[in-house]
Amino acid sequence: MDYQCGRMLETFGHLPVAWLLFAVLAVAGFVSFFAGRTQAVTVGHGQTERLNSQPNYHGYFVAMATIGPAAVILVLYALFGDSIVRAQLASELPQRIRDLGSLELGQYIDRISEQAARRDAASTGNALFDAATSRYTDLLGLSRIIAVLAALAAAGLGFFFARRQLSVHFRARSRVEDGIKFMLFLCAGIAVLTTIGIVASLFFEAMRFFSRVSVFSFIFGTEWNAQTGADFGAIPLFFGTFMIAFLAMLVAAPIGLLSAIYLSEYASPRFRGVVKPILELLAGIPTVVYGFFALQFVAPIVRAGANWVNGLPFVPDGLLAAQPTSALAAGIVMGIMIIPFVSSLSDDVINAVPQTLRDGAYAIGATKSETVKQVVMPAALPGVIAALLLAVSRAIGETMIVVMAAGQRAQITPDPTADLTTITVQIVALLTGDTEFDSAKTLSAFALGFVLFIVTLIFNLIALRVVQRYREKYE
Amino acid sequence: MNSPAPSPSEKGSFGSAAAMKRLKQRHRAEMRFKLYGQLAIGIAIVALVTLLISIFGQASSAFSRNVLTFDVRLDAEQVDPSGERDPEAIARNVSGFNLLLQDNLAEDFLPGETDRARLRELYGMFTRLAVLPIARKTAENPEIIGTGQEFRVALADDIDLYLKGGVSERKSLKLGEIQDVTGTLDDGIDVTFADMKAVEDLRSALETFRERSEGDNQPAALIQLGETWFRLQDIDGRTASLTYLAGASTMPAAGTNASTLVLEQSEENRTVSDRQIAWTMLLKEDGRVKSVFNTSLFSHSDSTYPELAGTAAAVVGSLWTMLVTALLAIPVGIFAAVYLEEFATKNRMTDLIEVNINNLAAVPSIVFGLLGAAVFINFLGLPRSVPLVGGLVLGLLVLPTVIIASRAALKAVPPSIRDAALGVGASQTQAVFHHVVPLAAPGILTGSIIGMARALGETAPLLLIGMVAFVAEVPDGPTDESTVLPVLIYKWSTGAERAWEPQTAAAIIVLLVFLVLMNLIAIILRRRFERRW
Repeated sequence: MDYQCGRMLETFGHLPVAWLLFAVLAVAGFVSFFAGRTQAVTVGHGQTERLNSQPNYHGYFVAMATIGPAAVILVLYALFGDSIVRAQLASELPQRIRDLGSLELGQYIDRISEQAARRDAASTGNALFDAATSRYTDLLGLSRIIAVLAALAAAGLGFFFARRQLSVHFRARSRVEDGIKFMLFLCAGIAVLTTIGIVASLFFEAMRFFSRVSVFSFIFGTEWNAQTGADFGAIPLFFGTFMIAFLAMLVAAPIGLLSAIYLSEYASPRFRGVVKPILELLAGIPTVVYGFFALQFVAPIVRAGANWVNGLPFVPDGLLAAQPTSALAAGIVMGIMIIPFVSSLSDDVINAVPQTLRDGAYAIGATKSETVKQVVMPAALPGVIAALLLAVSRAIGETMIVVMAAGQRAQITPDPTADLTTITVQIVALLTGDTEFDSAKTLSAFALGFVLFIVTLIFNLIALRVVQRYREKYE
Repeated sequence: MNSPAPSPSEKGSFGSAAAMKRLKQRHRAEMRFKLYGQLAIGIAIVALVTLLISIFGQASSAFSRNVLTFDVRLDAEQVDPSGERDPEAIARNVSGFNLLLQDNLAEDFLPGETDRARLRELYGMFTRLAVLPIARKTAENPEIIGTGQEFRVALADDIDLYLKGGVSERKSLKLGEIQDVTGTLDDGIDVTFADMKAVEDLRSALETFRERSEGDNQPAALIQLGETWFRLQDIDGRTASLTYLAGASTMPAAGTNASTLVLEQSEENRTVSDRQIAWTMLLKEDGRVKSVFNTSLFSHSDSTYPELAGTAAAVVGSLWTMLVTALLAIPVGIFAAVYLEEFATKNRMTDLIEVNINNLAAVPSIVFGLLGAAVFINFLGLPRSVPLVGGLVLGLLVLPTVIIASRAALKAVPPSIRDAALGVGASQTQAVFHHVVPLAAPGILTGSIIGMARALGETAPLLLIGMVAFVAEVPDGPTDESTVLPVLIYKWSTGAERAWEPQTAAAIIVLLVFLVLMNLIAIILRRRFERRW
């Protein structure tokens, strides 16, 4: 008996349960639907017009009550089942392995689960490992059996109670519709849950970081050596981030704004119809492509330019750093990338300025450019500022261009041809590869992410608020 | 408008000289302003065109690849030493196949050579792993063992790059006939050229390269006499002293036609040696080295050797990731949009959700990567580097985009449709799902595809959940370790060897093709099904 029980656990530990359950749930859904419908017809003595709702809705109601609870249990299992099994296995392992630290322990259990997934795997010769593997399989099987039984019980209960409710006067349709509405609401809630997840995960990991490194030394420190786990002063990163964002805005703001003005005030509809999509192409190019462009094409030009400046007779020797990756290269390319953000947002804003304002200006003899400069732009100013703020927030959060073309050195220098590093570059550098979630090094990435999130959030909130006010003003 | 108030004498006279001058100034300002606008658009378009040209220019060389043809008998001893014809053992026997081809090459170029360094130089013409496709093909058809077969092997990346014009600046010259030959192949020969002008050309070519280069670089000249290649040691008047490099080991006869290849970089400053260049040229004359369309770019998975690396695994990984993303983002996004647009009553909860969605759309993508690392990997214990987690992260990332696009599409359906449905007795749910959503479907679909295109190009969040792992196998499912196309591009761009640059650009083009296709579908859908009310 004991042996058979063990075999059953093992078999379950190997089964592709997810697909099986999916099939079972689908079948259960169909069966309960038809059961509900048939019962509705029976309740109505074959005269469906006597029923409050169509028989189909009775069927949907029963199916919903059957699948819903079971699906909830299975989703919970899918999310937490594995970690529960691993935690249980970890607690049963000998002390010396548990002392390894969370990263190595995790890798050890990874190896166990890989070994367990191979059905025909031969013994590895390591008695402890083999025992752990078979225990893992058993635990997995046990957890699956519990999950399946719980899901089946929930489905059965739901089926039973749903059927008891069916009657001639039962408002099946409105109950089904309430269910649908609830599901729609849940979907809308996922967006909120995402935000909560972001804030919570960043906040808690950042707090863990700040329990090791003081907030003050993080925000005001000027030395950054996270890779060695020594210094966590983020000022050079903030400097690099804003420097590159500033350079990007130097490119994007004039080009974006002027092209938006030209497109909305001067261009013929045909010209606009051709050029606007071309500008928007710039927004559709993946950032990794911009990064490659910056690294391969722009950075060498910037370097050559810096060397040329250094070679000028009246320039002190070595004025510019002329690094192979530079803040300027990253800034220029990032500026190109955000041109369409600035231009299409300001285009919207400029178009929203009522035509009557322009007509008034023309009527007193203003030229087009005078109208734009002295009437349209002042009226559109809040919206334009909002557009620029959104673009800045975009530039601060941009990752791939700076990872590829800005460099890794945390330094503070006004020289745009030097390599600078940014918040996002450091997050990538700290979290790429195998990471241990307990080290200050990894946690510092979350602290940086938290700062990044807060800063961009403030920019976005202000910008969105301004845009909304502005829209209300002219609508 | 900023002009000073007109003085009394000019009052009322729009035709006065001062007024005309002012008008002219104002018109010039107008022209200037217009020009700035055109200039801005011009700069943006030039930037886009430069970007595309630089990438296509880089990539063009990666779409062809030089291969080396072998005509060998598959010796059973070497290919299948166990003699069991076990397909797996044959496919794994890379070193056996490698030896076979190396011996074949050595027989042709270095017969009886014992100098290991020299042999290694020759074996450097292709990389060890390049024989893997041959091994796999043999494993599939074991009956070809023992027969003569023709195989193609990718040339080593440096030599491929050399043939495509990289590695070193160079110039080919004809030197005309030689008159007189003295010396031996082993100790070096002295050759007198008939044509003084050709020799002058050679000298001036060497001189130009020498002037151009900095440091201790000396340009090199390789000289071909018939079937044999020599290195130029010294040239004095019309007489040049040469050392033997490669090719037929017979003394060239007087009257043989000579030609030369002048290289800007000295041998030490190059990744390809003089001898390798000579062998390559000989093979090329034989027709054994040929340029073919680079199919391995699409059929191979990632490799540490640029000439063997391809995008297949990354493309499949991207597809699995996109599948998960689509399954999460599209239904949830549409349902959320339907709820907000059709069912939600205006209250604080709804306002909160709205503000939240707008903000979420502007959150930097890397923050979603941090979310994935903290929640999916650390908290829920899902595996790293798998499309499932990548897809979930990207799904959450594009969810706001899909919601916003779907809401716009739903908003565009006129209220009369809803009113008519409600008027004939449909419930609100019926009105929405039977009438409004089908009419908004093209717009919703377009928005969803654009959202998916954004997800396809996204890199940063995936770096944080470990999708940068080296993946040499095409993933079988969403829980297999894999990488995606943009991450592959990032990884290749960090490769040290020069050959990675065109390879990266080619991978970018593969990515761009997918993006263009998706956007085209979106545009066609919009054109075909969009209704204006």
